[in-house]
Amino acid sequence: MSDTGHPRNPARRDAARVLAVGAAALAAPMLSAQARPQQYIGLPSYRVGPFAAAGSAIFGGIIDVMTHVNMTGGINGVELVWQECETEYIPARGIECYHRLLTWGAHRNVIFEPLSTPMAYGLLGRLPADRVVIPQFGFGRSDAADGRVFPWLFAIMTNYWSGASAMINWIGAREGGMERLRGKTIVHLYIDNAYGREPLPVFRALAPRLGFTLVELPVALPAGLEQGAQWTRIRRENPDWVILWGFGPGMNSTALTSAARMGYPREKMLGIWWAGAEDDVVPAGPAATGYFATAITPGGRDFGIVREIERVVYGAGRGNLADRARIGSVYWNRGLAMGSMWMEALRTAQARFGRGQVMDGEQVRWGFENINLTDARLRELGLHGLMPPMRLTCADHEGAGVIKVMQWDGARWNIVTPEWVSSDRAMVRSMVEESAARYARENNITPRVCPA
Amino acid sequence: MFYRETGNFRASYAQDARIFPLALDRVAILVLLALAVLVVPSFASNWLLMAILIPWLILSLAAIGQNIITGYTGQLSIGSAGFMAVGAFACFNFMLRIDGMPFLLAVLLAGLTTALVGVAFGLPSLRVRGLYLAVATLAAQFFIVWTLENVGWFTNYDPAGVMTAQPMVILGYHFASPAEKYLLVLAIVALLALAAKNMARSNIGRSWMAVRDMDVAAEVVGFRLMRTKLMAFAISSFYCGVAGALFAFAYLGTVEPSAFSILLSFQTLFMVIIGGLATILGSFLGAGFILLLPIFLAIFFDFVTGGVFDKALLSAFEVLLFGAFIIFFLIVEPHGLARLWQVAKERLRLWPFPH
Amino acid sequence: MTPLQMFAEVVIGGLMTGLMYSLVALGFVLIYKASTAFNFAQGAMVFFGAATVVGFAELGVPFWFSVLLAVGVMILLGVVTERVVMRPLVGQHEITLFMATIGLAFVVEGLAQLLWGVEVRRMDLGIPDVPIEWILTNTGLLITQFDFFAATVAAVLVGTLAVVFSRTKVGRGLRAVADDHGAALATGIPLQRIWMMVWAVAGIIALVAGMLWASRAGVQFALVFLALKALPVLIIGGFTSVPGVIVAGLLVGVAERMFEVYVGSPILGGGTEAWFPFIFAILFLLVRPEGLFGEKIIRRV
Repeated sequence: MSDTGHPRNPARRDAARVLAVGAAALAAPMLSAQARPQQYIGLPSYRVGPFAAAGSAIFGGIIDVMTHVNMTGGINGVELVWQECETEYIPARGIECYHRLLTWGAHRNVIFEPLSTPMAYGLLGRLPADRVVIPQFGFGRSDAADGRVFPWLFAIMTNYWSGASAMINWIGAREGGMERLRGKTIVHLYIDNAYGREPLPVFRALAPRLGFTLVELPVALPAGLEQGAQWTRIRRENPDWVILWGFGPGMNSTALTSAARMGYPREKMLGIWWAGAEDDVVPAGPAATGYFATAITPGGRDFGIVREIERVVYGAGRGNLADRARIGSVYWNRGLAMGSMWMEALRTAQARFGRGQVMDGEQVRWGFENINLTDARLRELGLHGLMPPMRLTCADHEGAGVIKVMQWDGARWNIVTPEWVSSDRAMVRSMVEESAARYARENNITPRVCPA
Repeated sequence: MFYRETGNFRASYAQDARIFPLALDRVAILVLLALAVLVVPSFASNWLLMAILIPWLILSLAAIGQNIITGYTGQLSIGSAGFMAVGAFACFNFMLRIDGMPFLLAVLLAGLTTALVGVAFGLPSLRVRGLYLAVATLAAQFFIVWTLENVGWFTNYDPAGVMTAQPMVILGYHFASPAEKYLLVLAIVALLALAAKNMARSNIGRSWMAVRDMDVAAEVVGFRLMRTKLMAFAISSFYCGVAGALFAFAYLGTVEPSAFSILLSFQTLFMVIIGGLATILGSFLGAGFILLLPIFLAIFFDFVTGGVFDKALLSAFEVLLFGAFIIFFLIVEPHGLARLWQVAKERLRLWPFPH
Repeated sequence: MTPLQMFAEVVIGGLMTGLMYSLVALGFVLIYKASTAFNFAQGAMVFFGAATVVGFAELGVPFWFSVLLAVGVMILLGVVTERVVMRPLVGQHEITLFMATIGLAFVVEGLAQLLWGVEVRRMDLGIPDVPIEWILTNTGLLITQFDFFAATVAAVLVGTLAVVFSRTKVGRGLRAVADDHGAALATGIPLQRIWMMVWAVAGIIALVAGMLWASRAGVQFALVFLALKALPVLIIGGFTSVPGVIVAGLLVGVAERMFEVYVGSPILGGGTEAWFPFIFAILFLLVRPEGLFGEKIIRRV
């Protein structure tokens, strides 16, 4: 059952071959266990259902990073092994996968990234007892950035509040300066659930401060396939900007085609980083041209790690993506970044607790908390431009709070911000701390005291 | 040969009215309960408890609620998840806003609150029937979820709308570990299932079934339609409410509306249809089938193919197979798994003789 | 934009959307009419149809030939469904048939993703979805070429079905089957063949609906959820009436949009499209329990 194997060609195989491979696969862990120490990670992937395109690309990227690490000597000789469990993006299945993936033979899971905010919330209480880290890379609770209240939960790189603030900063810059926002109207078009409502506290705080009018337009679940009413309202308000906060091509493509139908310029739309992937714009066809989208990890093949993985992993035919055209896509690149963070956490942990050894949950947690990705290190890893320099600490589980912005030209995403756009760090941090303190009070948690 | 009716004498009315008239049945149930209470918590892994047994028990309870309204009373209702949400949020709010509220009392009150809500949304049943009523309950489902999401009071004005469920403390004992949660859920579900079985066998149950079979005739014969139908909605919603509270507190650990989506409503409906309408056993079997079969398919295929096939294709194939199983079982026994079990028992009564 | 213009736009937009809902609901009506089975798999069939068209197109088959092939596939799917799923369950309770179609929905969903993958693709019918200039300048209203196309398609489909039902032998047979299976059998109407035909036609309707919806939203799994939107349309129109479904669809589309624009968004915080169509349907039902054009159900005690 070792998953250091790979799907070569998803064509049908005849039963004998399957049995043979199955038998060999059963024998493999027994053999490899004697060969090298193995670090096990459970992957709660979703490869079917409404968000399958995102899930398959992201988890594909993560697996490709781990395969690459294995092919280049492991982490100081430690080999990575993993198991996937299909959650179909359903919270109950996510919980089941969490428990099923917790142990595998003698291995114990250390990292669990469900890529779904409801699942992360649900598992929050179990993490300290099970000693599992949820990194929450670019999703999830924003206040997880306060590591004193959430030691096992992170909000790596940029949480939603930082993202929202950074988006407003970019819009301001685009308008010619933050003071030019006064008197303007900005629409927040969002899917009507916790994820869509997450940035509202930030937008509502910034609107009176910067003098713009915020119009909130929710789109009904489940899929947001019909947005005529919202776009009619947009046509009437004629806002200066529309912020699109959806997930999945259902809502996002429909928003773009609706905008085209209403004659609203796509150049005045800015999407969140879960509304800015190829899957969101391609179905809309020419209606998507000119649309801006935020990126925490931009798309494109012009990054060291992308080229390296394509050359080494796909060159050997061991890539996880079934369709090689998706190399360099926004979600796959995000998977690369996520996987790289995990590897860096493991390396950091090993440097402290023992090179070449398998790390346990507490050590991995420490590893995450002490990640220091400098510019030089990013270049070493081939991540320069894909991720910003960031430093996580005991109290700061976020590390960066920046975004980039891309624009779709009909065929590809072009990065329009060569430098990372930052958020209002002070404001966001104070909101994070307030919210985390509230959570701590309501749940009788004593926040840790972090070393200064 | 083993499973026979001879030798089972009834010497009193009480004995005659037993749920399990055959001695073997009674022994089997007691053994099952003993296993469930004594053996399982000590030997079962956390995964088995948290991810398999607890959700199965909780959803069986919801399925019993669904069975009461759809199986026994014949009113097609697709709002069970909405009622579960009401139960979860009511329990959360009772514990939040009333200091020192005991958990069990909060669950009870949550159930009663849900019963009231259920009666309100059951009113259309007095005027419409069949698939049309289903749509009314579907409206309840969507409306309830929308209200819980948009009216801040229910979520205590939490910006994310997702609250962590309070710990379950009964008489000072904190039910925290998976085994403890399992036993608590088992106790509640067993009690309520027993109550439901007795209700089904008694006057109330007969009035429900009369309404199901032909409500006009039932009215003519003297059953009070409005009272019966609304009672069915009330009791069914009570069960769904309790199930919802347990779902949030003992399983998910969070209280949020999106966990109680239309998908869950359909799931409970599927559970009772495939399990067997108007049977309590069917609720358990159906819950097992709908909840656990996809998991077992995933584990089985993972084991057999060991990473050879593309994961996405495998997952899609498992979905396909799940649908095929549903169709297969329906063709084999259109009345559901409980009926299949009954037929098996009947054969067992005659075994080794053919007739 | 004047209030009158806004109102006109809301109404016209609502009518267009409603028409698209009707197309999805049409498939339900057909199958319910013929076999009193509520085909829960209709939404999955919409997705499957759209996915098949683009799937073939991606393999290099010219677009309109792909559509033809997809028609063939849907007919095949309909025939197989009738034989394998519905025939063994003839005469069973409505709810059992309903559950069987749920199993079918899972099968079709799984099949679509198995055969054609999970990636989201574009459905390009070649018809622009941008406002027509001269309408915009003369009346200030936003109507696109695609709107006209969708309206025409719906009209042609409904018209054809109406003619088939009332004028042809097959249509009469279908109406007989809908009335009473036993009597229809007794008079020599080929029940099985009619059912096969009905499922095949429902599949083709799903394909058309899928192609139209996917042009706006992309070929993706979320199309399956369209089945939910069809429910209020069916309630209001009556489960067995083809013209009813069109009228009901228009009604639901307009009502839903007007409520969201004038009440839901400004007053209630928006997102009311999730539940308003159902409340609207309930209110309707309280007045007319079998829907606009549904048959009055006379039950004998």
